[in-house]
Amino acid sequence: MKVLNVIINLINAAVLAGTPLLLATSGEILTEKSGNLNLGVEGQMYMGAIAGLAGAWFAEQWFGTGGMIPLIIAVIFSFIMGCISGLIYSVLTVTLRANQNVTGLTLAIFGTGFGKFFGEVLGHKAGGFVAVGQETKAMFGNINFGKLTETPFIGTLFFRYNWLVYFALIIAVIMGWYLNKTRSGLSLRAVGESPGTADSAGINVTRYKYGATIIGGGLCGLAGMYMSMVNQKGIWVTDCVSGYGWLAIALVIFSTWSPLRAIYSSIIFGGLTVMYMRIPIPGLPTAIYMMFPYIATIIVLILTSIKQIKEHAQPASTGLNYYREER
Amino acid sequence: MTDQKINNANMPEQPDAPCPPAQDMHPSMKEPFVRMTKRGGITKRQRVAVYIICFILALLVGALMLLAIGKNPIHAYRDMVVGSFGTAIATAETVRIAIPLLIASVAVGFAFKMRFWNIGAEGQILAGAIFCSYIVIHSINNENYIGKIPLHLLMVVLAMVGGALFGFLPAYFKTKWETNETLFTLMLNYIAIQYVIYLQSLRTWQHPMSTYPKIVDFSTFTEGKVELPRMFGVHIGWIFALIIAVVAYFYLTKTKHGYEISVVGDSLNTARYAGMNTRWIQIRTLLISGALCGFAGYLQVAGANHTLTETSAGGVGFTAITVAWLAKLNPFVMIPIAVFIAMLQKGSLFIQSTMRIPASAADLLTGLILFFMLGSEFFIEYKLVFRGKQNISPIEQKEVAA
Repeated sequence: MKVLNVIINLINAAVLAGTPLLLATSGEILTEKSGNLNLGVEGQMYMGAIAGLAGAWFAEQWFGTGGMIPLIIAVIFSFIMGCISGLIYSVLTVTLRANQNVTGLTLAIFGTGFGKFFGEVLGHKAGGFVAVGQETKAMFGNINFGKLTETPFIGTLFFRYNWLVYFALIIAVIMGWYLNKTRSGLSLRAVGESPGTADSAGINVTRYKYGATIIGGGLCGLAGMYMSMVNQKGIWVTDCVSGYGWLAIALVIFSTWSPLRAIYSSIIFGGLTVMYMRIPIPGLPTAIYMMFPYIATIIVLILTSIKQIKEHAQPASTGLNYYREER
Repeated sequence: MTDQKINNANMPEQPDAPCPPAQDMHPSMKEPFVRMTKRGGITKRQRVAVYIICFILALLVGALMLLAIGKNPIHAYRDMVVGSFGTAIATAETVRIAIPLLIASVAVGFAFKMRFWNIGAEGQILAGAIFCSYIVIHSINNENYIGKIPLHLLMVVLAMVGGALFGFLPAYFKTKWETNETLFTLMLNYIAIQYVIYLQSLRTWQHPMSTYPKIVDFSTFTEGKVELPRMFGVHIGWIFALIIAVVAYFYLTKTKHGYEISVVGDSLNTARYAGMNTRWIQIRTLLISGALCGFAGYLQVAGANHTLTETSAGGVGFTAITVAWLAKLNPFVMIPIAVFIAMLQKGSLFIQSTMRIPASAADLLTGLILFFMLGSEFFIEYKLVFRGKQNISPIEQKEVAA
């Protein structure tokens, strides 16, 4: 029984830790399906993280209440900030044809600086450090399902999460449906696989690339909000995103560009990031234990590159800009 | 990120390569309001003008952000210059920041020229620092049996081996199975950081009196053997950094290796047709790139910090990417740019204390400048033609660019 409890608690923690990964991975999958390889997820998450926290904090100041209004504003702000970051990326790579890798890396650097800069400014403003009130914090806490939450095992396994966990799952499922079952999703995939062909078929390549990258950025912004509002409980911590954005890019490869497979891969990686706290291995130093997700990422990268399956590969045009005149 | 199609607009190298003659886009029924055509070439002066305009625009956007938080941007920019070059001490500190930045930029530039997206300079620097710290700790724990010069020679060799190893791993897998090198090198960064944290918890690496997990100060425990000599107030690493930049320039432009690197970067297939051993070229270049970063790690240990911490690389690996790209991967140009970015970093530390502006303003500004520079490439390659106008003067275009 004790072992089972440990495992169930680990899964619970893994899902909680994996949710921002799932949101960001879904966003990045959408982006990459349009042929844009956005390496700036880390920066986008930072931008979303600070926008969400700042939104919640200002809403508390303006409306004088915690709870629902700050929550909504945090969601809107972080999503819009993520969209803006996606827009910056699209303008540079799609319209101005800048190198995708470098633009993404710049976005990572800029976004990280942006988050830390405004996080600290907000801290000055709040007189020391930013923290949202209890009521707002509770909105990002676990939902109380009453009896269901109390059920042994099942409760911990399924009903002891915050709303964003369920939201992220729904997003991933919707995206899987969108990409595989809708006409628009098919067009998007065509743009990512072969923009020249898609263009000939009358698909507006530019619009799809912009749309996917901006919405994808918005999801990364929400993932960032999860880091600041849920993981750090509404307090600004300078290193709040701490590499999750990069893990998300790796997860895109691990889930082979499928939002549905991203669900379990994000839970696995969530588990790897929290395992050192839950299941101590005697004789293994914590610092070495904390390398696990990174080592696992490398192993996954190598293994997926060794056995490349055609249907599960990266969209063919990812990383390359589309030049209509060179078609 | 697999294959190497050549996109003209994105090639920073060959600045003066002749562009194809200007050709308009296919004739359409109705002329669009604005369309773009490839330029027939651009003079050096026009190019510089575009860069300067973009640079000023980046500073203006930065100024808006400063205004948004209620700070005077003119004061802030002035203080940044004063804080980084106002006094001899400040200048020395700025140069000290620029040293690892320049070396890492050169290293990253090698890899980028091959379109090998090495973002693991951070980890490679740390690997160098870790490897060379081993010999220092070994010496300390055995009554400093190694003399000063042998100690430094051993440190340099070990540091370069460590950095090269971290460069080799992703290159090996990339060339064998096309393993994504961006994420591979990035993950190695985190592994290196965690490893330093692990070392800090080891009894043999700690200060005997310390209760806090921290590696000993090498300088006091080796009777100063570990310290690099100084010249003009900065450890002599700056001389090495300059030499590396100059040698790298000639390596890239005047040697067979350098030529191979550019061909591999332009088109892997062309390189293969030409009978080049592309796999070895990539691995070799990453070994050099990693070794250079490792050397920067050695300078951080022996010159700057005299100890090893998880921040020994301190974001240099990422900033180096910006420096390398802003310099169009030209090691000579990297010298002033590395100094400029170091100035931003030192200056932002200064305005943090004088104006309470967070020091991350440096990252923000660096990102903005690079964004604008990336965007500016378009206006160098293409010109916009508005409906009804056949030709547009370069001056007007810059207004469009603005």
